[in-house]
Amino acid sequence: MTDTPLRIIETERTLLARFREWWSGETANPVKRVQFDRPLTPWLFILPQMAVVVIFFYWPSVQAVTSSFYIEDPFGFGSTFVGLENYQDALNSSEYMSTAAFTAFFCITVTALALGLGLLLAVKADKVIRGAETYKTLLISVYAIAPPVAGLIGMMFFDMHMGPFTQIAGWFGYELKVGINYWDTAIALITISVWKQIPYNFIFFLSGLQSVPVSVREAALIDTKSGWRRFKDVTLPLLAPTAFFLLIINITYTMFDTFPIIDVIVKDKPANNPMTLVYKVYLDGFKGNDIGGSSAQSVILMVVVALLTVLQFRFLERRVHYG
Amino acid sequence: MQKIKPLDHLILILGVLFLFVPVLMTLMSSTHGAVEIHSGGLYITPGSDGAATYAKVLTHRGGFTGDVTGLLMLTNSLIMGLGFAIGKIALSMMAAYALVYFRFRFATLLFWMIFATLLLPLEVRIMPSYQVMSTLGLLNTYTGLIVPLLASATGTFFFRQFFKSVPDELLEAARIDGAGPIKFFIDVLVPLSKTMMAAIFIIMFIYGWNQYLWPLLMTTDESFYTLMRGIKSILQVWVGSQIPDYNEAFALAVLAMVPPVAVVVIFQRMFIKGLTESDK
Amino acid sequence: MAHLSLKNVGKTYGGSNQAAVAGVDIEIADGEFIVLVGPSGCGKSTLLRMVAGLETVTDGEIRIGDRVVNQLDPAERDIAMVFQNYALYPHMSVRDNMAYGLKNRKTPKAEIEARVAEAARMLELGPYLDRKPRALSGGQRQRVAMGRAIVRQPAAFLFDEPLSNLDAKLRVTMRMEIRRLQKRLGTTSLYVTHDQLEAMTLADRLVVLNGGRVEQIGAPLEVYRKPASTFVAAFIGSPAMSLLDARFENGQVMVDGHALAPVGNAPGPVTLGLRAEDLRITSTGVPMRVDYVEELGAHRIVHGAIGDQPVAVVDNGGAALAETVHVLVDPAKLHLFETSTGRRMDTRIQAEAVPAQ
Repeated sequence: MTDTPLRIIETERTLLARFREWWSGETANPVKRVQFDRPLTPWLFILPQMAVVVIFFYWPSVQAVTSSFYIEDPFGFGSTFVGLENYQDALNSSEYMSTAAFTAFFCITVTALALGLGLLLAVKADKVIRGAETYKTLLISVYAIAPPVAGLIGMMFFDMHMGPFTQIAGWFGYELKVGINYWDTAIALITISVWKQIPYNFIFFLSGLQSVPVSVREAALIDTKSGWRRFKDVTLPLLAPTAFFLLIINITYTMFDTFPIIDVIVKDKPANNPMTLVYKVYLDGFKGNDIGGSSAQSVILMVVVALLTVLQFRFLERRVHYG
Repeated sequence: MQKIKPLDHLILILGVLFLFVPVLMTLMSSTHGAVEIHSGGLYITPGSDGAATYAKVLTHRGGFTGDVTGLLMLTNSLIMGLGFAIGKIALSMMAAYALVYFRFRFATLLFWMIFATLLLPLEVRIMPSYQVMSTLGLLNTYTGLIVPLLASATGTFFFRQFFKSVPDELLEAARIDGAGPIKFFIDVLVPLSKTMMAAIFIIMFIYGWNQYLWPLLMTTDESFYTLMRGIKSILQVWVGSQIPDYNEAFALAVLAMVPPVAVVVIFQRMFIKGLTESDK
Repeated sequence: MAHLSLKNVGKTYGGSNQAAVAGVDIEIADGEFIVLVGPSGCGKSTLLRMVAGLETVTDGEIRIGDRVVNQLDPAERDIAMVFQNYALYPHMSVRDNMAYGLKNRKTPKAEIEARVAEAARMLELGPYLDRKPRALSGGQRQRVAMGRAIVRQPAAFLFDEPLSNLDAKLRVTMRMEIRRLQKRLGTTSLYVTHDQLEAMTLADRLVVLNGGRVEQIGAPLEVYRKPASTFVAAFIGSPAMSLLDARFENGQVMVDGHALAPVGNAPGPVTLGLRAEDLRITSTGVPMRVDYVEELGAHRIVHGAIGDQPVAVVDNGGAALAETVHVLVDPAKLHLFETSTGRRMDTRIQAEAVPAQ
């Protein structure tokens, strides 16, 4: 279309302007109307954070990328540059692909269940008056439990000798073998991960619901008698930003923060157990001493996460602009 | 206005049962003996062996070298939680102050550099981070446990957001009152941020306390073990034993979850505010 | 105590090629109360903030007393400012709020106490000295903000719409109080508002701003009686001056084909300004359609139109009005503006007009 060249010029102009901003510190829209203009003081304030970020974030990140192009000698006698071989190995390995497939499945299931149940409970807790505070406190308290503790508790509940869930499955004639049977372990991992994440979603959905203005609720009450329609047509659209935010958070959670749960349940024994990509990075790197391969996997994950985060921020930015 | 249906309460009660009963059973089971649990399963009523189990877990030297007690792990977890929360608040508040209240060269670049840390969680760069730590000789130190975790932008963003919401006129009034950057920070901004600092402290304390993977890698010396690390080792000993020390594992789990849960329940309001307003 | 002088002051923001403020010249005598007035976006706040040192001055020169202050920090300018949202430090008590600036200036403790006590007495804040701002009402917070300015004993007070956050009744009370205090202290004051009534009642002299430029400077009545442009005419006074398209014919100013008053001659179309209180409803004169009537008790305002041009008339009668009435105006009270520029036309036309009758 005719506007294309114009848009390119516009982009170049913005890039130049941005570059000038970076260089000079002059911003077209400063955060504050009035700012301090001192050459040294801001550096004093920002230096500690920058030091930590550079040493403990950028250095390792760069190292991850570099070592992903090398194969480390298992006995520590130097390393060989192999280009993209580590990446090819990872992507061609059926084990890697099946782990990736499980990670995707795990992500979708846990996110869907944790979001759905969190929303359901939030909607109900928002509705009731009697006992609302008690429900809230009890539901929220689980948030603070560390994932490894959640894993430990879950392990007990799925224990083959005395776990209540194993017993319940037994009543239906099913022998639950967590840690031995692939899908049984998967069920345990999903249950524990969902259990741990519901409170987080609950908190956000509830606060989202409670920020719906009373006048809007009352207007909806006048407009329709059906509670479900009110929820579907009024409440849900207003919750959409919260839901999207939580979606990204939950995906990140299942990909990374479930590490301790998996570690507690699977206990370094991949044998015939499901695991996520992050856990495989850890196993290959620390247990398998395949530093190059592990780094290549790290970099692949980095790209995935970076994309997710960019998506999240683009969206958040929009939310800020359009209310 | 709206009618309350019994169904709503039923769903909530089921939710509470699903979420809270496991916690309760962990607590109760930890007061029963290992044999009792092995034969009778988990308990929802208190038993009589609680005192003995907790005394043992807290003071008995266990682990491989026989040096580590529950009390020591508790202390380490506390150091981890407090150190992380305080460090996080100090670093991120200062950085956010520089980014919001100063006009200086490279400010935008630095902002994006800090911002970019949100892109990659620690778990993704765990291997090279370990190597860097070992190069720096920080394995088995509190510095190594805490400081690398500070390399993320969450706190900085939180405070940046908060500082942006502070009315511009406050800085203008302070400048007319003759306050320079450091005076303004200490006299006005820090006292003004008290509530926010408390909220973020709670979130960060829990985050630090709950760390698992990083302590797992950073500490081989048992005197630096945190409770989370202890859970890992109790499970490693577990394999192969006739009747595992279920009760001790439960007691350890209770020790590990009581402080953060208590903090959340006690400061519920402040915690929710901090969590939802900081958007992570 | 000091005089204030702005010479050709201007402000252009980086990245913008349009000046937010341009070519402002004002000489303010010691103890004078000057009000900067204009619609939002006219640059009045920017100008005030440039005097305060919160915005850089890109053009011209600002003097406070005998010092050029362009490059000085706000704290070094010897000014005090009262903000629209008060900008009180929420975590400090009323006392500390007032004392903070003095402490930073290393004023002796006893002196600080004395000044705070004096300001508290003047503003009747004594009982609230140990309270936090959030425990005060809007009016009280406003007083604290005033107190903070007073204790500094500055060369000039700067007010940035200080009454906008108050309700209408309190605004009137505080307005009088500010004026009384300023008279008593004799401190040169620069006051920004968008409320023309506030401007009229407070000012020794008004500065009417529009689009970053000064439209008119003068005493309130002078500005009211002789607005320098249609902009000022429409902005100052309530109800607003009616502005009508008119032209001259045979020494008469004609509106909608009717001769309104004999004023002289000038070529081309003019804009005619009529204050509501200068028009009289009579049995003869120009016909005006009545649209609606606002009863205000003491008098009423009749809104209507001559031809299709809206006009407002103040009427003291109580009788019911016909659908069409006739209005007359004293030729000496007409305002004439060039239609093309909006500037007030030379008064000679009017002077010549009288003998021409």
